[in-house]
Amino acid sequence: MEDFGSSALRKLIDEFSDAVQLTHADHGDATALVDPARIEDVMRFLRDEADFDMLMDVTAVDYLGQTPRFEMVYHLYATGPNQRLRIKARVAEETPEIASVVPLYASADWMEREVFDLYGIRFDGHPDLRRILLYEEFEGYPLRKDYPKERRQPLVGPRN
Amino acid sequence: MDRTQARKPRHIVEPTEAQRQRVKEMPARAVEYLRQGGDSFLATRADALVNWSRKYSMFLYPFVTACCGMEFMSVAGPRYDLDRFGCALPRFSPRQADLLMVVGTITHRNAPILKKVYDQMAEPKWVMAFGACTCSGGPYNNYATVQGIDTIVPVDIYIPGCPPRPEAVMEGLMKLQARIQAEKVPADGRHKESVDSAYPVIEKPIA
Repeated sequence: MEDFGSSALRKLIDEFSDAVQLTHADHGDATALVDPARIEDVMRFLRDEADFDMLMDVTAVDYLGQTPRFEMVYHLYATGPNQRLRIKARVAEETPEIASVVPLYASADWMEREVFDLYGIRFDGHPDLRRILLYEEFEGYPLRKDYPKERRQPLVGPRN
Repeated sequence: MDRTQARKPRHIVEPTEAQRQRVKEMPARAVEYLRQGGDSFLATRADALVNWSRKYSMFLYPFVTACCGMEFMSVAGPRYDLDRFGCALPRFSPRQADLLMVVGTITHRNAPILKKVYDQMAEPKWVMAFGACTCSGGPYNNYATVQGIDTIVPVDIYIPGCPPRPEAVMEGLMKLQARIQAEKVPADGRHKESVDSAYPVIEKPIA
């Protein structure tokens, strides 16, 4: 019998044959790489049609040297069947922008702000997109791989 | 009015000759009293007395930010009991605190708050760096972490450890008390200023 994650991926492929670029479901680790332009539609479909009623995590990865450079990662959870699904979307370096999923999942609010704070990826439609962990004076995005390892931006005290 | 003849303030009473004589004889009388086995008399230096009372009645401000806080709770609790050293009463207003215990990692975002708390404390005041992060940044050396709180406020005692054992904290506290006992009263014009904005900026070349 097909597991829950695989059947959710199959539903997703049937619905968005043009937007889903890659899937795998090894050892219950169901993952789909989707078109970033369609992320809102995909997430809405998974929430309304596939029982994924909880957004556990939003994060990003910087693959410096690849194009597109960034990868958004969304971890979805279905509380009823106790199953998980991972959605990924690649974001270009020149225009690091993707649609916000705050209108779908309120929990995305602070997590998208964290991604914006540390990676500099902008979220269209986010209600309050500003830094959350770092201070307003901070320049740059420290979790990008090209942020200088030695660079310090203290508010008081010596620079290094 | 003739100001050359300043009137003597009325509240100053000149001692009589008999009283002056008594004061002169006082040290000898005290020695004689002690020799006779008196026990309600104690001669000491003001320094020793003031420092003794200060070191055994420290009010601490717990600036607790991280996992070292668990060890701080342990050492402040009844098992290890900082109260035995007269250092038990946490004051959550810096105005009422003598000892700033910085317990846990300080981030660059947090640093101005630490400096403000320190500046609000009244003299005399002491700072304890509790744990490896406050001493040197500990395991962290990145964009977020202050590399030792002595870059922001002057530190009197460093307690290494990740986190330090309660015994290490008590050892540090006793060392600090010994240091307080050796201080001059009143302090000879030394004010422990925190690092101000004019701190010399040392630029390291960015790799």
